[in-house]
Amino acid sequence: MIPIPKDVPLALPAPEPLLVVLLVAFFLLHIVFVNLMIGGALLTVVYQIRGLKDVRFDRLAHVIADTVTVNKSLAVVLGVGPLLAINTLYTVYFYTANALTGEMWLSIVPLVIAAFLLTYLHKFRWHAMASHRRWHIAIAALAAALFLFIPLIFLTNINLMLFPARWTEVRGFWSALLLPNVLPRYVHFILASIALTGLFIVWLFRRAPDAKIQAIGVDRETLVRSGYRWALIPTLAQFVVGPTVLLTVPGDGRTGQVIAVILAGAVIALPAIWLIVLELRSHGTALGRRFWPIVSLLTITVLCMGSGRHLYREATLAPHQAEVRALTDRYMQAVDQAAHEARP
Amino acid sequence: MDFPLFHADLIGNRAIIAVVATLHVLINHGLAVGMVPLVATIEWHGQRTGDKRWDDLAYKIMLVSFIITTTIGALTGVGIWLCASLINPYAIGSLIRVFFWAWFTEWLVFISEVSLIVVYFLTWRKWMTPALKRRHIRFGFAVGGFSWVTMAIIVAILAFMMDPGSWLTERTLFSGVTNPIYLPQLAFRTPLALSMAGIVAAFLTACFTRRDRAFQQEALRAVNLWPLFWVPLTLAGGWWYASVIPEAMQANVGTALLTMEFEQWQTQLLEGVVATALILYLISQLGVLRPRWVPRIAYFAALLAVIGLTGQFERVREFIRKPFVIGQYMYANGIRVGDYPLLKRDGLLRHSTYVYPLTENELSGVLPDRLDRLADGKTVFMVACSRCHTSNGVNSVVARFEAMFEGTWEPKLLADYITNMHDVRPYMPPFPGNDAELLALSDYLIQLRTTRQPVEGAQEVGVAINPRAVDAARSAQALLSERGQR
Repeated sequence: MIPIPKDVPLALPAPEPLLVVLLVAFFLLHIVFVNLMIGGALLTVVYQIRGLKDVRFDRLAHVIADTVTVNKSLAVVLGVGPLLAINTLYTVYFYTANALTGEMWLSIVPLVIAAFLLTYLHKFRWHAMASHRRWHIAIAALAAALFLFIPLIFLTNINLMLFPARWTEVRGFWSALLLPNVLPRYVHFILASIALTGLFIVWLFRRAPDAKIQAIGVDRETLVRSGYRWALIPTLAQFVVGPTVLLTVPGDGRTGQVIAVILAGAVIALPAIWLIVLELRSHGTALGRRFWPIVSLLTITVLCMGSGRHLYREATLAPHQAEVRALTDRYMQAVDQAAHEARP
Repeated sequence: MDFPLFHADLIGNRAIIAVVATLHVLINHGLAVGMVPLVATIEWHGQRTGDKRWDDLAYKIMLVSFIITTTIGALTGVGIWLCASLINPYAIGSLIRVFFWAWFTEWLVFISEVSLIVVYFLTWRKWMTPALKRRHIRFGFAVGGFSWVTMAIIVAILAFMMDPGSWLTERTLFSGVTNPIYLPQLAFRTPLALSMAGIVAAFLTACFTRRDRAFQQEALRAVNLWPLFWVPLTLAGGWWYASVIPEAMQANVGTALLTMEFEQWQTQLLEGVVATALILYLISQLGVLRPRWVPRIAYFAALLAVIGLTGQFERVREFIRKPFVIGQYMYANGIRVGDYPLLKRDGLLRHSTYVYPLTENELSGVLPDRLDRLADGKTVFMVACSRCHTSNGVNSVVARFEAMFEGTWEPKLLADYITNMHDVRPYMPPFPGNDAELLALSDYLIQLRTTRQPVEGAQEVGVAINPRAVDAARSAQALLSERGQR
């Protein structure tokens, strides 16, 4: 049995296509900063551990850590708009998923607060904890672990809302987490976070003032190249993980259109990868010249993936949404009729 | 009632949202809306006098505000939505449909506010030339302005929930925003936020200037001028707000009993306002005249008084709304006023998509012939009562009846009482179902009292489809075949 609940009987506040554009566009913007926050937190830990042997990497970690707190603020505020849009467009679906994973859904609030406070503690106590490096790294690692876990809660909800047929099977968050494609999507997302942060590192150091580069002590080419490497390897891995995601999502929504859009995104990533490889082989002033072409191509990829994701959601839910609308209309007619009968 | 229902049976659903929302209000008012203009003023004073100690003090206060507002403040704001979607999904879903563009605008302002606050804080030690410093101070006031606008938009929604005014007939965003309680509430909250910030800042100043006693006196004197200025305006705003509430309440339910109960609340509230205002006023006055006489703990006590006052106002705001969650439109149980005739006629269960079967624990020891009735009673409890009541936890439904009936729990007695409950206790919504459901609920309540088993929500035990719900469910087969035909 598939549950068909009634929707809120108030009109949408704007034409649906407008709400969809708001949802997709602002969600992508939000997720870019979430990617940078998570990737930044992970790379901070990695470089700080390397910094135990070579202090230059500790200084690099500090520069990256400084960006995490800014990116996290933007990630949070940019998330509000898409949350509003998804609340409006998919009220029945989203709230149902929220309720079925309720405790974990609520725990987003304390978990994110804890992660943010740890990030500030880590950043502002950098020099004060210089003689307790391992404890300092432990704080960063704990924050990174929280940052790694929180997206799972969102992903589980976003996934569960797509499958009304599974709603009555779910018993809490962990059972919803085990629905077939949550984990592949999660890996897809984490790889994207690392890749995007790699490009962010290139952006950070490509044209940074010499003084900033000298303060770190690692030469500019090495920094830029390490950024490209962080971008390249996960992006290559996406060519395995991406198809896995596509194959594990339930088939109803995997229409030709969805596959075409996602394939287009993947194909556009190919020249970007080629350009990254060329960058890694370049030296001196030639290094970094292809940055904006790479970013432009990958932006198109991200737009394709985001659109494909939305088209999949639409294709999966459309028949059920039609049922919900029809039931809500019938219910409201019955409401009117009963009110009429009840009038003296 | 058509969503799977999350339920926290120990602390109650309301407590969750109360904690998150109160924390958010305190941080928003005391550390953002009210604090940033004060910090910018201190910074400006520092620039004007050329005394760097003022700048350092302003920076330190801002550091505390910045860290708390961008972590706990920001997240509890989003948290209110996350909680509301669990606790009263129909209410928040409806509010979002009405106020989408208000929230959307608020979001754009919020983005600007957060971006500005990040720039303001991170450039503090970098923009040191006189021209840059002037720009920095202007940034500070701009952040304050944006914070105020976000609050001003949200207050419109809060006031709407108390009394939607002409929205009930017009159904437009404009009529929703221009509700009767909006301006008075805003006129209260604005100086309240500024006063709160003054008290917090006085406390922080006392802490941060410990090593420089001479400057401490001077700084405390200056900072205390802030609440001294805003407290009387808070009092005036509070008076205006409190004076429009009775009308709103009469619009909600014009019963004498509620009026009586409300008058007690109102008196308490006004006494609270005056007492708090006096305490604040005295401490600030003393802080200005004899800063040395005021220990740090006094500022902390003043802060607690303001928190108490704010909490009291939020409680009254919640109380005044009852029995509605959206005045005249939706009851606190999430059921629309307009749905009642249908639900009374057909029963709740016929129109509920989900049911909440008895769990293994609840099943044990129950005679088979009572099972169906108890299961019905449980679903009725979840749909009609669980948004506000727990079984045996906070605001326990069992305890409420125990206080009235003591040992004499009879299904008929309970059912009779529930039928007329909204007359005796006008802040309760009327019972939404039919007579059979009323008896099933009564049976279930007696069972709750006997077994003391907690009622688990959908987040723990999931939900089941209601086999009796008309149209509410299709077999997977039928749905798939219909899809095939399309």
